[in-house]
Amino acid sequence: MDLLEFARGPALQWSISIFIAGVLWRLLGVFLLRTRKDLSAPRNPAAWKGLRLIALRSWPRREFLEGTAFGEVMGYAFHVGFLVSLFFFAPHVLFFADVAQGLLGTDLHGLIGVSWPTLPNGIVTLLAAVSVAALVAVLVHRLVNPVKRLISNFDDYFSWFVTIAPLVTGMAAFAHLTGWPYERLLAYHLLSVELLLVWFPFGKLMHAFTIFAARGATGMIFERRGASL
Amino acid sequence: MTASTPHTRKPEPLEFDKPRVSIAAPEYRYDMQGEMPEAERVERAMKSFVKDFGRTAAIYMESCIHCGMCAEACHFYEVTKDPKYTPIWKLEPFKQAYKREYGPFAAIYRALNLKQKVTVEQLQEWQQLIYDSCTVCGRCSLMCPMGIDIASLVSQARHGMYNAGLIPHELWSVTERARLEGSPLGATPKVFKDRLEWLADDHEVEIPVDKENADVLCAMSSIEIMKYPDSVVATARIMNHLDVDWTFRLDGYEATNFGLLAGNSAAQKLLTMKLIDAAVACGAKTVILPECGHAYTALRWMGANMYGQPLPFKVQHIAEFMAEQVREGKLRLRKVAKSVTFHDPCQVVRRGGAIEAPREVLKALGVELREMYPSKGTAWCCGGGGGVVANHRADELRYKTFRIKMEQIEQTGAELPVTTCANCRQTFDDGQAHFKWDHKMHSLLELVADNLLEDET
Repeated sequence: MDLLEFARGPALQWSISIFIAGVLWRLLGVFLLRTRKDLSAPRNPAAWKGLRLIALRSWPRREFLEGTAFGEVMGYAFHVGFLVSLFFFAPHVLFFADVAQGLLGTDLHGLIGVSWPTLPNGIVTLLAAVSVAALVAVLVHRLVNPVKRLISNFDDYFSWFVTIAPLVTGMAAFAHLTGWPYERLLAYHLLSVELLLVWFPFGKLMHAFTIFAARGATGMIFERRGASL
Repeated sequence: MTASTPHTRKPEPLEFDKPRVSIAAPEYRYDMQGEMPEAERVERAMKSFVKDFGRTAAIYMESCIHCGMCAEACHFYEVTKDPKYTPIWKLEPFKQAYKREYGPFAAIYRALNLKQKVTVEQLQEWQQLIYDSCTVCGRCSLMCPMGIDIASLVSQARHGMYNAGLIPHELWSVTERARLEGSPLGATPKVFKDRLEWLADDHEVEIPVDKENADVLCAMSSIEIMKYPDSVVATARIMNHLDVDWTFRLDGYEATNFGLLAGNSAAQKLLTMKLIDAAVACGAKTVILPECGHAYTALRWMGANMYGQPLPFKVQHIAEFMAEQVREGKLRLRKVAKSVTFHDPCQVVRRGGAIEAPREVLKALGVELREMYPSKGTAWCCGGGGGVVANHRADELRYKTFRIKMEQIEQTGAELPVTTCANCRQTFDDGQAHFKWDHKMHSLLELVADNLLEDET
């Protein structure tokens, strides 16, 4: 078994398994905790309306923008670049179709009812490059900003590494940036994605799930009181 | 180390090469209560921290991405630019303990020692961050992009610190005094009764006490009873003016709840239950809370949960009550031809939800309202909430944050700064004296009482 076969075979299966089991374990470990009913008389009985905080908090209030603009802009830049490359790059869509076929016996069209759209390679490459540049900028910021430097730990740096690695290896493989054979680059790319999947449940990448729960919970508590969202 | 004595770490060596001889690392002071082994302190702190740990708090603990944006919302960070005042950093030992002891992957963290055990030295060091430099104002909770209510976690951390005997002495002693005497500042039932008699005589106002039955039970804060007695008179004037069937009761009058501020849940419940029992005893339909921010949180939002069932009466802040009376056309006021700026008490407005009520009352007074920027939900705290103003070792830091309010108020150019929290008012009075500032904070309640429009019919 060569490196690419390993990356496509057992490494992929194991990493996906660890990802799914780890995410479920962490989410259930939190969601199965008890919650106490709030007996106070609500100001706004329709507390669910506070769920709008999930969308509202996606951009800071005007009063907070000045101090956080860098983080917000860079944050959006690398998230958008990463997610677009992941979900709308044509070879990725083919890969997902293969996985869906293998797991479920159907293609993506059969699964979701519509064709999965893709973006031209040039646009994806550009967004991926922006994402890498933004990730480098946030790392530098984390290292030089006294607040971020103080509160950072291994998770912050390692999560950064497993996020940028698939972008860099993917771009290298696509653009044949090195003298290495394509198969080798592709294997590295797959392994870097698998590293991300394995780390995902254990570190702060889990915020991809918990962000909705945290914003939603706060939104509902605050809305019930009529407090500022 | 003996009980109830301040402890000070040995100073670092002096730095002789600086222009002025100084100490390399400023010494910090922490207080301890009770005698117990260090390991027990840590265990108690962590156990009480997680005692009420429900789903929501756990979600918060799992969600921080260390973006550091909360620092930008904190007045203590704003005025010092010291990263240790980053709100989420104030919870670091508790985050560490959560991951190691209670989180979904705690077994892995422990087995591989990925998170160190929290030490008593850490908690001693963090005492200053949890009590001296956090007013639990919740401004950071509005900033956090993950939506974490950081202020609620600080309150939970205070439970841990209290049970470990690791809270500032001033807070500990006033809480004990409240628990034993019924009031943190010596406003015992006897003192309150004497004061009411004196105020009734002096101001020729009727102040009903201990009525067996009344529609409305009024409560006061100890700051008002001892320092701002005009607020007691103002409350009586307004209630009498509106012909409300109301009373004060000597078995439940003190709305201040230092149990909440200190992290002493038992004392918090005891003080809350006094008010609830008094209201139930006289069959009150409404309990009106005074101009006090945390008193509002303690009864309005936490009272029923302490009681274990929904409260059999309505709870209103006095500003909400006045706004309601204005809305119903019952409270008519003389116009005050002045410009006013309103300081939003965090627990009443940002976290309490009574955002417009004080403004409705100001509108009825016909003043020209000049809002500070920012105001309402994102208003800057006065710096004295959360027990900070009662904790004198925090004075120097608190004065720094007070400069923000001074600048904000001066920028409005308003003639009268007004607020609706006696604790904020006290913080402003203290700041005014410290800086010899020429702006005096006024009470919305007293402003209303001074401008009641008598019925012309």
